[in-house]
Amino acid sequence: MNWITQFFKRQELYDDLSEEIRQHIEERTSELVKSGMSPQQAARTARREFGNPAVIEERGRAIWFGSFFNDLMADIRVSLRVLRKTPGFAAVAVFTLALAIGANAVVFSVLNALILRPLNVPRAESLWALWRANETAEESYPDYIDLRDRNRSFESLIAWSIPNVGFDAGTGDPAQVWAEEASGNYFDGLGLQPYLGRFFHAADEHGANSVPDIVLSYDFWHTQFHDDAGVIGRVVRVNKHPYTIIGVAQPEFHGALMFFYPAFFVPLVDQAQIEGTSTLNDRKAHGSVFMVMGHLKSGVTQAQAIADLNSIGADLQKAYPKDEGRMTFTLSRPGLYGEHLGGPIKAFMAALMLLAGLILIAACANLGSLFAARATDRSREVALRLALGSTRNRVLRQIFTEAILISLAGGALGLWGSVVLLRGLSVWQPFPAWPIHVPVNPDVHVYLVALFLALGSGFLFGAVPVRQILHTNPNEIIKLGSTGQVGKRITIREVLLSIQIAICAVLVTSSLVAVRGLSRSLHSDFGFDPQNAMIVETDLGMADYKADQAPTMQKQMIDSVSGIPGVESVGLADMPPLGEGAKNVLVFTGMTADLRAAKAAAATFVCSVSPEYFRAARTAILFGRSFTWHDDKDSPRVAIVNPEFARKLFGSVKSALGGYFKMRDGQRVQVVGIAEQGKYNSLTEDSTPGMFLPILQVPSSSIWMIVRSSRDPQPIAEAIRSKLHDLDPSLPLQIQSRNQQLATFLFPSRMATLSLGVLGLMGAMLAITGIFGMAAYSISKRLRELGIRIALGARRNEVLEAALGRAIKLLAFGSAAGLLLGILASKVLAFIVYQATPRDPLVLAGVVFAMALLGLLATWIPAQRALSIDPVILLRQE
Amino acid sequence: MGKDKQRDLFPGALEMMILRMLRRQPLHGYALVQHIKQASNHLLEIEEGSLYPALQRLLKDELVSAQWALSSTNRRVRVYQLTPKGAQHLENEVSSFERMLEGITRVLAPVEP
Repeated sequence: MNWITQFFKRQELYDDLSEEIRQHIEERTSELVKSGMSPQQAARTARREFGNPAVIEERGRAIWFGSFFNDLMADIRVSLRVLRKTPGFAAVAVFTLALAIGANAVVFSVLNALILRPLNVPRAESLWALWRANETAEESYPDYIDLRDRNRSFESLIAWSIPNVGFDAGTGDPAQVWAEEASGNYFDGLGLQPYLGRFFHAADEHGANSVPDIVLSYDFWHTQFHDDAGVIGRVVRVNKHPYTIIGVAQPEFHGALMFFYPAFFVPLVDQAQIEGTSTLNDRKAHGSVFMVMGHLKSGVTQAQAIADLNSIGADLQKAYPKDEGRMTFTLSRPGLYGEHLGGPIKAFMAALMLLAGLILIAACANLGSLFAARATDRSREVALRLALGSTRNRVLRQIFTEAILISLAGGALGLWGSVVLLRGLSVWQPFPAWPIHVPVNPDVHVYLVALFLALGSGFLFGAVPVRQILHTNPNEIIKLGSTGQVGKRITIREVLLSIQIAICAVLVTSSLVAVRGLSRSLHSDFGFDPQNAMIVETDLGMADYKADQAPTMQKQMIDSVSGIPGVESVGLADMPPLGEGAKNVLVFTGMTADLRAAKAAAATFVCSVSPEYFRAARTAILFGRSFTWHDDKDSPRVAIVNPEFARKLFGSVKSALGGYFKMRDGQRVQVVGIAEQGKYNSLTEDSTPGMFLPILQVPSSSIWMIVRSSRDPQPIAEAIRSKLHDLDPSLPLQIQSRNQQLATFLFPSRMATLSLGVLGLMGAMLAITGIFGMAAYSISKRLRELGIRIALGARRNEVLEAALGRAIKLLAFGSAAGLLLGILASKVLAFIVYQATPRDPLVLAGVVFAMALLGLLATWIPAQRALSIDPVILLRQE
Repeated sequence: MGKDKQRDLFPGALEMMILRMLRRQPLHGYALVQHIKQASNHLLEIEEGSLYPALQRLLKDELVSAQWALSSTNRRVRVYQLTPKGAQHLENEVSSFERMLEGITRVLAPVEP
């Protein structure tokens, strides 16, 4: 018999053994009866001579598969039976763990997807992005070429940008899509192979607009061209220029940013056609390349590469003192846009992971104290098992089996829930205008982590009652019955519970701080009114308008949209405040002749606007005048600035009006108006200088049209679309309400609030079950004592104090500790959530109120039970 | 379980005795105990129950086989029988045991003056 057949026949083997043992004892008994013993005495003697049949059977069975397996099966059977008998306990325990492990799995998946996974290219470990020490990755194209050709540290430095373009697959109905403008060596430098067709190469480049080819991303090919392999060689229109599709990239590769999904890749040398203007020969145009990256040569360390880059930088600085600032470099992992975006995301995810970990620990503490309570209740059973010949080890193993069963069930349920949630999250596109996905589908790491957490927490809370069981004295307990020891000693359960309450208070504090911050940022003063405003985004460059045609077209667009019934005013901006990609420039005082960056008086937000912009956006002009259509190329340069700008350049608002300042190109500009202070680059920024310039003096092909109307946005949007379509059908449009567009800026705080809110809710639930469990348990243990108190005439509040005093004390102590910790933790939050401050009386009051409410909720039922004790019934029972 | 100490004389002793008993005739568990007790002249106090794990071990190693049958007293009993492999094993065990015993006896023998 090999072990497989033995395994399937094991029941038969075991049955034979027990039957045989039974027969043995019977035979011995009848023999003894024959020799003159009474049947009872004979049975007893036979048993004594035989030994403990259960133990012997167990030893016999252990021969076949080792005792571990047999014990495990038996433990699982017993545990399932025990749990079935207390379905309420089992359900609460499994659900608690499912929540905690699910939360951890979700947070870990996001962490895994965003931070732990490298960019999906071969040899990602040696790929680095170049950063300037002043925290930008942007370079001018000539600088990039110098860096590429002169460095000795990188295999091949690639460069790319992400322009928004008009794409027409040949249907005549163009759409706005995001592309990745890539240097010729892009694909070869990253070491990629095409999925279909071919890629473009460095050798294809012969000057500006020389490579009329694009490579589709797999996703775009899949959704737009339905996996049609025949698209290779097809001619499409990009900003009305003909381009040939030469290839499709691999499904795993979607550009050089982690969650950005460009539609296609187009050569950077075609910048003039793609962006409307070319800055390829302009060393000062520091934004023409968004990022430069490359694989380090093998054997080259990061420090060596940085030294290499810095020495090139020093040379360039010397050669072009007018164009270059300080050129010092650092290296950073590509993928999350370096530390710029990666820093806050990492900090936030780490904080979230910490909180999720705390939730799990709180859940374990909760279950641990439940288990300890059960162990006390089951001390009779344990004593009995010990008396019947079981070892303490076996009893412990059974308790652990129970804990692990619960934790595995909880883990499985939690993982299932998190997978459902993550699937949803993966297809979700948080910003409609941007091709951004967060691909957080769980992988094998997530499953392993969930399993590990489940097993770990099972052992953790299973271990709580160990000491108790090891000290069980079977004789004492069976004699006395289980008694609740009422002592003043602090038990493990109480410590666990106060830790748990503290954790809960931390979570409640953090989520309240976040909610408060979010509501403030929603109602903060933007310097414009987002209500009842639509925003229409397009770029004349996408329909191939030349620079001199733009102003006429823009005026036509304003006129035609103004004609729509219900539209109150229409303003135009090239990139409005809190638009995606706000521009900032350096300005100089009117006296200075030295226009190097170091001498600048301020860096200021800048925006070219049409005269009606201020009315349409509802940005108040505090002093001076607004622009008119006469502020054009032929009239003196003018600007409207905000108070912060005025203070920085002129010392005060009053002296700014009528004053002059200089732009980087040396032009003198007069301040003709002061507009109210607003938010320009982000909601969390401090007061920032800002200036508005007339769009006729500083023209732009980029158009953000602010349309103010109190009518329903939907029909207005349709009317705008049809009006503008009549003007030029080839103009790709994006129309949304200003609030929708602002959602991008609120996204981080919204996400933070949502996740903290969920975690806070879970923490609160855990605290309720924990306090409830403790209060209910301590009352059930002290029923007799409370009954005597009542019989002796204790008043209701005295009974309540005796019954719940300790629970309430723990609650108060834990909450205070948690509040303190929460206030410390909120410092971290302040990076992400706008105006997150814990020193807000509303937040403090909210936490105290929430914790008190939790305590009330959790102790309500136990308190009722304590009050309804009838001493007569109780004392009679005993 | 204070009897643990005297359950096995030395590892494998009980098995050896069982095999020896079964070489004479097939027996069931109870009879085996009685035979061993008689044969040892009640010098060896074995816990009756400890026989069964030993039998399970022998079954697993296929040194014995078992069959349910009716005893002379009309009782359902499980009769154990020596397999050829078991007989071979017994011979090896006995000879190695005898060698060991001889060695021990020599060591324990009174030293010649």
